[in-house]
Amino acid sequence: MSHQEFASDAAVPPSRWWWLFVAILAAGIALTPSYTDAALQLDVSVIFVFALLALSMGFLWGYAGILSFGQTIFFGLGGYGYAVLAMNAGTTLWPLVAAVVLPMLFSAVLGYFIIYGRISDIYLSVITLVVTLIFEKSIRSTSGPDYVIGSVRLNGQNGIPGIPALQLPWDAAAPLSFDGVFYLAGAAALLAYVGLRLLLLTPFGRILVGIRESEKRMELLGFDARAYKLGAFVLAAGIAALSGALYAIWGNFVSPEMFGLNQAAQVVIWVIVGGRSTLIGPIVATGLVQYLSGWLGTVGVGQVTLVLGAVLLVFVLVFPKGLLPTLGGLRWPRRRSRERRRG
Amino acid sequence: MGLSNTIYLAAYAIALLVLISLGLAVIFGMMKVINLAHGEFMMLGAYACVLCVDAGVPLWLSVLLAALALGLFGIVVERLIIRFLYGRIVDTLLATWGLSLLLVGGVTTLLGPQGRSVTTDFGNVSIGGINVSSYNLMLIAVAAAAMLVTWLLAQFTRFGLLVRGTMQDPVIAGALGVDRSIIYMATFGYGSALAGLAGAVLVPITGASPTMGLFFVSKAFITVIVGGHFPLMGTLAASSLFGAIDGVVSYRWSSVLGEVSVLVVAVVLLRLLPLGITGRLRRGL
Repeated sequence: MSHQEFASDAAVPPSRWWWLFVAILAAGIALTPSYTDAALQLDVSVIFVFALLALSMGFLWGYAGILSFGQTIFFGLGGYGYAVLAMNAGTTLWPLVAAVVLPMLFSAVLGYFIIYGRISDIYLSVITLVVTLIFEKSIRSTSGPDYVIGSVRLNGQNGIPGIPALQLPWDAAAPLSFDGVFYLAGAAALLAYVGLRLLLLTPFGRILVGIRESEKRMELLGFDARAYKLGAFVLAAGIAALSGALYAIWGNFVSPEMFGLNQAAQVVIWVIVGGRSTLIGPIVATGLVQYLSGWLGTVGVGQVTLVLGAVLLVFVLVFPKGLLPTLGGLRWPRRRSRERRRG
Repeated sequence: MGLSNTIYLAAYAIALLVLISLGLAVIFGMMKVINLAHGEFMMLGAYACVLCVDAGVPLWLSVLLAALALGLFGIVVERLIIRFLYGRIVDTLLATWGLSLLLVGGVTTLLGPQGRSVTTDFGNVSIGGINVSSYNLMLIAVAAAAMLVTWLLAQFTRFGLLVRGTMQDPVIAGALGVDRSIIYMATFGYGSALAGLAGAVLVPITGASPTMGLFFVSKAFITVIVGGHFPLMGTLAASSLFGAIDGVVSYRWSSVLGEVSVLVVAVVLLRLLPLGITGRLRRGL
C-alpha cells in the first residue's frame, strides 16, 4: 500500500499559527452559548461528541496505520457503561471514568488477539466490524426481563432511556445544563485534538508514525511494533468510549444502534471525507456530514443510507485523500510536487 | 438429542455456512479483498428470486435465474468500480462498503422496507427415525452442489486452470499471456452469482428484505477470514468447525450466543493461525 496519502510533516512541532487557531477555537467554544439558542447548542454538542469518535478512528488510521472499522464497539460500550453504572450508583462522576476505562480494558484484550497475532490489515478491519455487529445483535437480544445489570434493564432494541445527566462534583444537586454539556463536549473534542497533535511529537508518537511507514524497519531498529500498535489501539478506544459516554449524557439515552452498521459506516465516512492525513479533517467532516444528513432528513430526499453510500463511493473513487487534503493540494502546488517525487 | 439428529443439525449448519460464504471466499481467494457488499448481493439474489416467483416462474428456475442475474450484476460492478481499485485493497474494501449502503438504500426506496416472501409447499420427510424438513435437505444438497461445481470448474476446465494460475502468481500468469482483467472480472462475476444463489435459495426460509444481508455477513466474514486464502478448502474447513459450534450452541442456548461463541473461537484461532486455517498451505484450492 502506498503511504503518500499520509502527511509526512506530522512530527514537526506545530507553528505559532496553529496555536492561534487553537486559541480561536477555544474562544469560539467559550463564547458560543452566550450568543446562540439551546437548539443550535444541542446540534453542535453532538457534533463535538461525534468528532471525538471520528478523531479516534482518524488517529488510529492516519497515524498508526490501523484501519479499525469497529470504533463503534467502544463508543457503544462507553455509552452503555455510563448508563448502567450511573443508574445503578446514583452518582455520575466515577461512572463516567469507569465508562472510559472499562472499554479500554476490553480493547486491550481484543487488541492483544488481533494485533499480537499479526493478522493482515484487512482482516483486522473486518474482524473489528464483525465484533461491533455481533455486539449490536447481542444487545438487541436482551429485551427480556431477565437481562438486568444491577437494577438496570438492558431493554434490548428499545435501548435505555432516562440516563442521568452529569452532576457537577462540587454541587451534586445541579445536573449539567445545555450550556454545561456544550462546554464539556467542546472541551473534550478540543483537548483530544490538541492532545493527539502533541502526542505525535513524543517518542511514542514518532515511533507510531515510523511503524506506519515501515513496520519491519522499526522492528529491526529494536522497537516492538506490536506493543506500540496495541497502545495506540487502547488509546483510541478510550477516546471512542469517552465519546460514547458523552453521547449518553447528551441524549440521556443509549440504544443498540450505537454499535450498528450505520453508525460504523458514518465514522468511516467522516474520516474518509475529512481525509486521514490530518486530525482536523475528520472533525470538520463530521460537522459537514452531520449537517448534510440532518438537512437531507428534513427535506425528505428519502433514504439517508443511499446518500451516505454514494458519498463513500464517490470519495473512494474520486477523492481518495479526502476533502481537506485535496483542497490543500490545489492550494499549495509545492507540496504536491514533493509528494509526487516521493510516490 | 439422538445421534442422527445431531448429525442432521450439524450438516444443516455447515451447509448454511458453506452457502453464505462460498461466493465471498471465491472473490477473496482471487483478489485478497473482502467484498463488504456480499450480504447485499445475497439480498439482491433473494429479491430477484421473489420477483421471478411472483411472475409465475417455478421456484427452482427462479433460483437459477437469480444466480445468473447476480453474476451479470457482479460483472457490471467489477467493470464500473472494482477494476479501478486493484492494488488498493483498503479502497476496495471501502468502495464495497459504500456499495452495500447504496444497495440497501436503493432497494428500500424502490421496493419498500417491508419483507417479501414466497409460499412453498415443501413437507417433511422421515430419515433414520427423525423428521426433517425436505427443504432443509434441499439446502444441504444445493450447498454440496455449489462446492462440487466450483471444484469441477477449477480443476477440469481451461478457464479454471487460468484462474488457479492467476491466484498462485498473478505476475507470472500475466507474463505468460493470461488476460488478468478478464480473469478477475469472471471470478468476481462467479462469486457474485454464488452470493445470488445463496440469497435465492434462502428465500423460502428467510424471505427477502432490504436489510437481510446483515443477518448473514458476520458469519460469512468470519468463515472466510478463518478459512484463509484457498476458497474451497478454507470454506469447507471453517464452515465445518463453526457450523458444528454454532449448531450445538444455538440448539442448546440461543442463536445469538451461537454467533458470539463462533466469534470468540475465531479471534482466538486467528491469534494462533493469523493467515487462517489454510494459510500455511502452499498448494490447494
